[in-house]
Amino acid sequence: MKKISKIYMSLLILFLYVPIFVLIVYSFNTTKSRTVFEGFTFDWYLKLFQNELILTSLRNTLIISVVASVCATALGTAAAIGINSMRKVPKALVMNVTNIPIINPEIVTGVSLMLLFVFFAARMNFNFGFTTLIIAHITFDVPYVILNIMPKFRQMNPNLYEAAQDLGCNSFKAFTKVVLPEIMPGIVSGFLMSFTFSLDDFVVSYFTSGATSQTLPITIYSMTRRKVSPEINALSTIIFLIVVVVLIVKNIIENKRIKEEAK
Amino acid sequence: MKKKLIASPYLVWMVVFIVVPIIMVGYFAFTDPEGRFTLDYIAEVGQYTNIFVRSIWLAAIATVICLIIGYPCAFILSKMSKRHQGTMLMIVMLPMWMNFLLRTYAWMTLLGNNGIINTLLGYIGLGPYKMLNTQGAVVLGMVYNYLPYMILPLFSVMVKIDNMLLEAAQDLGCNSKKVLFKVVFPLSLPGVMSGITMVFVPAISTFIISRMLGGGSNLLIGDLIEMQFLGNSYNPNLGAGISLVLMVIILFIMTIMNQFDSSDEDRVLV
Amino acid sequence: MQNIISLKDVSVNFDGEPILNGINLDIKDKEFVTFLGPSGCGKTTTLRIIGGFLTPDSGTVSFEGKVINNIPPHKRNVNTVFQRYALFPHLNVYENIAFGLRVKKEPEAEIHKKVEEMLELVNLRGFEKRSVNRLSGGQQQRVAIARALVNKPKVLLLDEPLGALDLKLRKEMQTELKRIQQQLEITFIYVTHDQEEALTMSDTVVVMNKGDIQQIGTPVDIYNEPINAFVADFIGESNILDGIMHRDYLVEICGREFECVDKDFGTDTPVDVVIRPEDIKLIDANEAKISGVVESVTFKGVHYEMVIEAYDFSWLVHSTKAAELGSVVGISFDPYDIHIMRKMGKKS
Repeated sequence: MKKISKIYMSLLILFLYVPIFVLIVYSFNTTKSRTVFEGFTFDWYLKLFQNELILTSLRNTLIISVVASVCATALGTAAAIGINSMRKVPKALVMNVTNIPIINPEIVTGVSLMLLFVFFAARMNFNFGFTTLIIAHITFDVPYVILNIMPKFRQMNPNLYEAAQDLGCNSFKAFTKVVLPEIMPGIVSGFLMSFTFSLDDFVVSYFTSGATSQTLPITIYSMTRRKVSPEINALSTIIFLIVVVVLIVKNIIENKRIKEEAK
Repeated sequence: MKKKLIASPYLVWMVVFIVVPIIMVGYFAFTDPEGRFTLDYIAEVGQYTNIFVRSIWLAAIATVICLIIGYPCAFILSKMSKRHQGTMLMIVMLPMWMNFLLRTYAWMTLLGNNGIINTLLGYIGLGPYKMLNTQGAVVLGMVYNYLPYMILPLFSVMVKIDNMLLEAAQDLGCNSKKVLFKVVFPLSLPGVMSGITMVFVPAISTFIISRMLGGGSNLLIGDLIEMQFLGNSYNPNLGAGISLVLMVIILFIMTIMNQFDSSDEDRVLV
Repeated sequence: MQNIISLKDVSVNFDGEPILNGINLDIKDKEFVTFLGPSGCGKTTTLRIIGGFLTPDSGTVSFEGKVINNIPPHKRNVNTVFQRYALFPHLNVYENIAFGLRVKKEPEAEIHKKVEEMLELVNLRGFEKRSVNRLSGGQQQRVAIARALVNKPKVLLLDEPLGALDLKLRKEMQTELKRIQQQLEITFIYVTHDQEEALTMSDTVVVMNKGDIQQIGTPVDIYNEPINAFVADFIGESNILDGIMHRDYLVEICGREFECVDKDFGTDTPVDVVIRPEDIKLIDANEAKISGVVESVTFKGVHYEMVIEAYDFSWLVHSTKAAELGSVVGISFDPYDIHIMRKMGKKS
């Protein structure tokens, strides 16, 4: 039984990783061939770093992700605090609406925001670009922030806040000294989640970006639509390495925390 | 009272950027470009029944395959020792963090007529087979991209199943196969349901996978919508109509899923 | 009566840590046997070995004379009542109890008859359709017992089944379990850390500590003749003193010599001396070999519990009459109330 599990997991991992490793291997190929490996080179990496379009869209992506996730975290944290103290029925209503961008297909979220922006662009005389992208990103980020924080309120001992007041805190101090540290893990994970979603988003950005401000995923999309270009492979390799490093660091930090908590 | 006010910026945001856009989809679907009420666009969606059927069909196949592949994987992961579990889970989930487009692009290089698979098959005297630009390629792309969405909810339900329940089942005469069918599967049903929705919804609405791996001849609902907004045939009213129908289909399927879920809970509760 | 289960030299290690050190144990048919000991003593491990959830590293487990080391749990004629019950949350009371029968594919009419019988036995008639999540702790306990017993096992294993219940309910369930065991005439193997529970219910008590069996005997034997200081301390309260066995029937405690009823310890052997607090009588200090100051007096309902400081030892004394706090009293006990034990760790 153990043996079958091992074989199964190995096959699954093979299926998951072979495509990625093929991409990586051919990023070092001297020719554009996607089948024959003719020689080793770093040329595609050099070309990648000289590619203005990729560099600009990377910068755009970073700016949008940072701004959107910071705004979404602030908006979402305030929202979660407020929603938590609502009565049952309005709370359920707000939470249901908050779930819409998560449940809805991305394409519908993108299209609906596009319709809204088109409607206002015509009347208020503005263009698609950074503003529309950031608004769109905040919109699909906030729900994740709220959903990360709400369970922390549920896990929190309801007497904590009163205990802090009993020990001499006014309601603001009681909040910052007791409630905030309790929900902090939720805020942090909500922020990280929305940041990664913003970095990676293609569909919603595709419908709300306009012609001028492209994000990295949009640039990647247009590159894959055109002829074969091993620069994509080079980019994939770099992104893959970053992902691996980030996840390993995250795992190490988590393991340390678990060990410390065990102590 | 004061605390409730702190949510108001978000409530405004929610209304303007979540509720109003959805209403606008509805508004566009039922009006013509001059703003007059019409059912023409909703009626026009009927012309694309074949695309809807194909999308539902391919997404359903991909979902079933994800369930078949993902279920054993989630089960094995949930039974691992805590020490290896975290690492293994990370290894399985890591490709998901890779950009979606790049992952799909990778399969383009593998499946093409001059791709690696066909070249390798050529060495042993087989092929070349047409693999890229087929429905099979689209399903493969869906399975590859959305498999983690199946594994994750299944895993998180399965790790919570008390090992003692499995021992109790063994104690009462179940061999390992019966333990799986009589205890693990019924208890993992909520995970199965959310896994199915998490795979089915993006699969039915994708336009990237069909475009990159399906060629021009395997259009899906997503392609149809995209074409009405950013393609050559600019027609936001029709696009909104299709989006509305898509939302209704998804809502319908999710209601069925919830039915399963809640009827299960009812049996537990009553 | 023949042995239904025998363990021979059974050892278990977890990650190099020894859990059971080669234990030997015979369990007779139709007996109520209790494994008693503090947490980590190996009692639950022993139970899991009998249930088939754990294979010992060495040694043999036999059931009715046949070695069953490699028989999986579902093929053993043994059923378990788990700690925290382990009821299936997706099934109602009826289906939980019917589970084992359905696995064996018994006919529906047969299942119905047997489940109803069980519901009758555990007083849960009318709860058939109830979800197990909506039962009280005591009711869940009854379902767990019925679910195991419906399969007519030769041996029922119970892993601290009453641990989650409150005191009153525990007492009720203790009597009820004993009744069920006698009514069905099957072997019960019961794991607990509660000495009172063990003494009330069992035919035989197996006292365990740190992976070893300390003593096997009837509740009366274990209480009156504990084999060493650990057993004496674990079963009821006791005063454990250092003593020297000068010769047969003569022991020295606190520098005084006392007559006793034990022999065969050799001459001048250091021993543990155990005296139960209820066996100590308080007498006039002038007439006593040992006297001390009353340090505390606590009213316990049936008796007073007193601590008397004498010869660098705090004597625990139970008496229906209270002594005056701070007064000097004498301590006396009869020869047959002095229990002499070999020092632990020095096996002869």
